[in-house]
Amino acid sequence: MGKNILLYSAILIFGLVAPFVFPAFKVQLSILCVLIVLATTWNIQGGEMGYNTFGNILFYGLGMYLCASVQVGMFFPLAEWTESGGEKTFVHTPAQFFQGMAVGLVVAAVVPTIVAGLIGYAILGLRGHYFAICTLGLGVAAGEISGGIEIIGAGQGFTTPPFPEVGGLEARGEFFYFLSFGALILTFVAVRAIYSTRFRLILNAIRDNEDKAEAMGIETMKYKIIGWMVSAFFCGLAGGIMGGLVGYIDSTDVAFDGREMGVFMVLMAILGGKGTLWGPVIGATVFHIFKEGFWTFFLGWQYVALGVLIVVIVIYFPEGIMGWLREKYPEKFGEVIDEKDRKAQVELK
Amino acid sequence: MDFMVFQYPMITVQACLDGLLLGILFALIAYGMALQWGVMNIINIAQGDLVILGGYIAYFMYLYGIHPAWGVIVSPIIMYFIGVGIYKLVINKVVDRDLFISILATFGISILFMQLMNFAFGADVVLANSGYGTTMLFDNNVTLPNSKIFSAVISIVFAICLVIYMKKSKLGRAIRATAQNARAAKILGVDTEKVYAATFGINAALCGVAGALISITFTIHPYMGLPYTIRSFMIVIVAGLGNLPGVAMSGMGLGVFEEFADYILGTEFRIGAVFLLLVLILVYRRFKLSRKREYLK
Repeated sequence: MGKNILLYSAILIFGLVAPFVFPAFKVQLSILCVLIVLATTWNIQGGEMGYNTFGNILFYGLGMYLCASVQVGMFFPLAEWTESGGEKTFVHTPAQFFQGMAVGLVVAAVVPTIVAGLIGYAILGLRGHYFAICTLGLGVAAGEISGGIEIIGAGQGFTTPPFPEVGGLEARGEFFYFLSFGALILTFVAVRAIYSTRFRLILNAIRDNEDKAEAMGIETMKYKIIGWMVSAFFCGLAGGIMGGLVGYIDSTDVAFDGREMGVFMVLMAILGGKGTLWGPVIGATVFHIFKEGFWTFFLGWQYVALGVLIVVIVIYFPEGIMGWLREKYPEKFGEVIDEKDRKAQVELK
Repeated sequence: MDFMVFQYPMITVQACLDGLLLGILFALIAYGMALQWGVMNIINIAQGDLVILGGYIAYFMYLYGIHPAWGVIVSPIIMYFIGVGIYKLVINKVVDRDLFISILATFGISILFMQLMNFAFGADVVLANSGYGTTMLFDNNVTLPNSKIFSAVISIVFAICLVIYMKKSKLGRAIRATAQNARAAKILGVDTEKVYAATFGINAALCGVAGALISITFTIHPYMGLPYTIRSFMIVIVAGLGNLPGVAMSGMGLGVFEEFADYILGTEFRIGAVFLLLVLILVYRRFKLSRKREYLK
């Protein structure tokens, strides 16, 4: 346990000093934090519960639109704001900006949670691939429909309020970095706390055999919905932060971006290792480094690279990094192995 | 919102006719989906992208001065080999695995195809002009492009040919046997690997036909693939696997639904309506099934 505390404090300290040590990478680090949040929350469904969803992007996009709308709508008429597009006829004072952001983030987290609770009973009753396709449809439908709603900018997009000019670009980067880092810490602590309770065992039971779990007296539907609500809460929060960070919301390219973010979160969790606490974190980090490093080489070809990457990871690496480590060093994962037995196994091979 | 539909009966007739002719095309794509789902137990997210690729083949023939209707012959032949290639490269590694793996892998193929087509053919909406003219019906109140009639007829011909092929030929029998029980078929000497490859190729060829017809009748665009996948998935789950008349009926039903959604909600919500309908159908199905389960309790 002592080793873990050391590890956690090292990460915490790294996180706190990182924007000052690597000032050029502030935005990248903030995006990394958001990606880790998304991968971790996807893992609650896909990894622990065995419900492979493409639909968490729904909550992410919802949070993004809600946060920006609240931030604008609290002080100015929303319709006029979106109509004026990029031209700023209204300017937030610093106090208004931060107030709006705070309220917006709360709304962005709470409303998707409620939505998840409401649709959960209908959607989570589906099994297997029906669930996967249904959530895929849900995400795309949300993108298409929000692209037709005038008040949130329809097809031309929604510019989020610009950061007040108190500290310039540096302060903006630091503000969003610490916001997303805070969200990451919050998510990680919450998920870790959840995973140490009976709740995780119930989710795993649902994954391994739902009918049997139900027969054992577990109200599977209740726990599935709660699990989805937890995901929705953090996805919405991450979406709200990401909206402010990007500064521009488009229905299908930024918010409900099933083709990019929606697949990224699945891919990151699988790359790191489904069903583990650290897997999504590692997966997201590796993925983000890979993406940023190679995107520049593949400029224009990034989606081609992404497609190939998905196929390769899914076919050749479905267990992920954590699964690979577990196979390689089972002792580190608390699995006791009989030396004789292992030797016999090796000889057999 | 536009309620013209209810005030002018001719618009209703127009929407129904358009929807039915469009629906036959959807049914053809859905037939391919049902085939590979039934035989290989794979849901191919890249189905729509195969359709669009087939459409581009016809479009290129049109660009080089060949009448695009010949695409109906050429496109499936090329697409068959592309389909077999995809099978050999990717699909044969996911056939026996978890369904989600196949969904994700084909999702990757879909993204890959989408982007390659975007590079190769550009991001413009294109169509291959067949020059077939238009038929006017009911005192010129209803317009009916002849290309739509052509595409419906060709789809029906292809579907019937395929059904007969499945019934009579040796490969068709092998495919049906593999769908029923792959292991037993293998024991009895069916080369299931070959059957799978052929199934995927036939599916791609069907997509090629449908794509060529779509490029003649409607428009194609590199990013328009996913809606076709979702439509065919929806048609298959409504009809059930192996129910061909059902596939045709629900395909046409979906076509009519879409045309009406287009008129009533507006074109910008058309795709959204399709995806929402999918969610609604799945949820309805889930409640129906859960009621059945309660009876059993």
